[in-house]
Amino acid sequence: MFLTLRGCCWPRRSGAGGAEMARIELDLAHAYRPDPKQDSDYALLPLKMTFEDGGAYALLGPSGCGKTTMLNIMSGLLAPSQGTVHFDGRDVTRASPQERNIAQVFQFPVIYDTMTVAENLAFPLRNRKVPQAQITKRVGEIAEILEMSGQLNQRAAGLAADEKQKISLGRGLVRPDVSAILFDEPLTVIDPHLKWQLRRKLKQIHHELKLTLIYVTHDQVEALTFADQVMVMTRGRAVQVGSAADLFERPSHTFVGHFIGSPGMNFLAGRVDQSGFHCADACLQIPLGRVLPAGELKIGVRPEYLVPASANTEGALPVVVSQMQDVGTHVMLSATFAGQTLKARLSSDAAQYAPGDTVWLKLMCEQTCFYKDEEIVP
Amino acid sequence: MSAIIKPVNQKAWFLILPVLLCVAFSAILPLMTVVNYSVQDIISPERRVFVGTEWFAAIMRDEELHGALLRQLTFSFSVLAIEIPLGVLLALAMPAEGWKSSAVLVIVSLSLLIPWNVVGTIWQIFGRADIGLMGAALQGLGIDYSYTGNATHAWLTVLLMDVWHWTPLVALLGYAGLRSIPDAYYQAASIDGASKFAVFWYVQLPKMRGVLMIGVLLRFMDSFMIYTEPFVLTGGGPGNSTTFLSQFLTQKAVGQFDLGPAAAFSLIYFLIILLLCFILYNWMQRVGTQEKEGGHE
Repeated sequence: MFLTLRGCCWPRRSGAGGAEMARIELDLAHAYRPDPKQDSDYALLPLKMTFEDGGAYALLGPSGCGKTTMLNIMSGLLAPSQGTVHFDGRDVTRASPQERNIAQVFQFPVIYDTMTVAENLAFPLRNRKVPQAQITKRVGEIAEILEMSGQLNQRAAGLAADEKQKISLGRGLVRPDVSAILFDEPLTVIDPHLKWQLRRKLKQIHHELKLTLIYVTHDQVEALTFADQVMVMTRGRAVQVGSAADLFERPSHTFVGHFIGSPGMNFLAGRVDQSGFHCADACLQIPLGRVLPAGELKIGVRPEYLVPASANTEGALPVVVSQMQDVGTHVMLSATFAGQTLKARLSSDAAQYAPGDTVWLKLMCEQTCFYKDEEIVP
Repeated sequence: MSAIIKPVNQKAWFLILPVLLCVAFSAILPLMTVVNYSVQDIISPERRVFVGTEWFAAIMRDEELHGALLRQLTFSFSVLAIEIPLGVLLALAMPAEGWKSSAVLVIVSLSLLIPWNVVGTIWQIFGRADIGLMGAALQGLGIDYSYTGNATHAWLTVLLMDVWHWTPLVALLGYAGLRSIPDAYYQAASIDGASKFAVFWYVQLPKMRGVLMIGVLLRFMDSFMIYTEPFVLTGGGPGNSTTFLSQFLTQKAVGQFDLGPAAAFSLIYFLIILLLCFILYNWMQRVGTQEKEGGHE
């Protein structure tokens, strides 16, 4: 069964209550230590980013890359050590979460032990002195969405972890007039089946309400399915902001290539001169119309775009097969060329190769990207 | 019908034999001696008479005991009523990290390190009207303070002494409870717009419940058995005003050498503690699980 917003009356943006959606502009850097000197001292390197009003964004990156720091700066739990945060042009750098009117959902469920489910959901509204009738109505709606209507009078402390997390989500969603809702890996503790449902639900809420949603995750599938715009981060740096297609087709940084996709992009390091791209003793012709700077360079090709070719085809290299792995829908070919590993995703009916065989793979194609100092060559 | 038939092996009982022996020598046998005394009149080491439940009947009707029990209960509940809230307040006021927190922890724990009889002596001197800081100061303020002459003063001094001695224990327990609350709770409360009081009431206090329960039980049992400090400070006086149960018992057992009544009373004392702890424990287990039945608002 899919969840639907059965007759739920979400207040529209134009509705009463002084709804104040906001465009969030960040121009900041953050270091937890008082006197940062080098890049590694920063939790967030200087960055500029604008989250448009009503957008669905994801911050994607491995643990410790600064995603949560960025989220906490946006919500006002943390003040950036440098720079500013603007909501709709208003400087809120030092404003508290209440003043910013932000909702945030954390990675691990936070519930108020002594309260019932309903009281938990009502808590943000009650603190803001919303009239009781309105609270009751709103809590009912949220419970409906989260399918917790039957549990409203239960004590929250006795529930399972995923139900507690649903309450946390509910508390994030219960205020209709927030500037934005920030999610910090909210579905970590939820089981896969429900995870999928809740993600759908969030997306649906986004469609209905046009709320600004910012979603932190280290799961690329979650990020790419949830968000219109994904910001990929690593080591305190935002390396690329773009749609799922952008991140897949043209990763602007080798990290994005590695991180997005399963497996990630293949990179082959070599050198460029007038005659072409040299790697070990092989030379590949550079596609017509491409101008590349001479010197050290990496080429990047997605495993999806690597195809076997006949010997000595233009733009192809002879690689030594190390493994063929049947993963059901397709076959994953692992091979090496001059000590560098390449992976190709081949269709299930492709020819079988044994480890040690030499296969020609075409590397130069339309989708091939070039990287200098880890950054894409435009 | 269960398909699995468990093999019967009574040999396992032997495994608890060591424990049984230890407990027997440390608890059961001494307790049995007391039981033995409580049903006999020991006239001299050679002469004893079995008297049945006579001592129990006598001790239950003992006016002095009633007085001591009432004083004891008043004292213990006063101790709880003061030390628990005060300890929580202290814990809330203690700095969370850095050298300040270590310094405060050490300072707060100081009174816990002092032996009981020394505590009594400290307060004996502290309260003296001629040379004691508190005694002389109160005299200077025009209060005719004397813990040896005035029953109320004596009682309040013993209470104050216990508060001084043991509130830090509650504070330390509360502090441990507070530190174990993940940051996310404070962050979430901040996002939810909770006031300081709401954070205390809905986050901190419920999260401290476990350690505070231990605090209440410890403080209750300890104060219910209090002996050394009032013994050193007031000797139970003036009159009987600070004679608590344990002192009453000691007077009977080793002062007047009434072994029978003292043994009977020991058992009653033991049962009272057991009963009160049982009630307290069950009550505290239910606090928080039922208090919201009616809901707030």
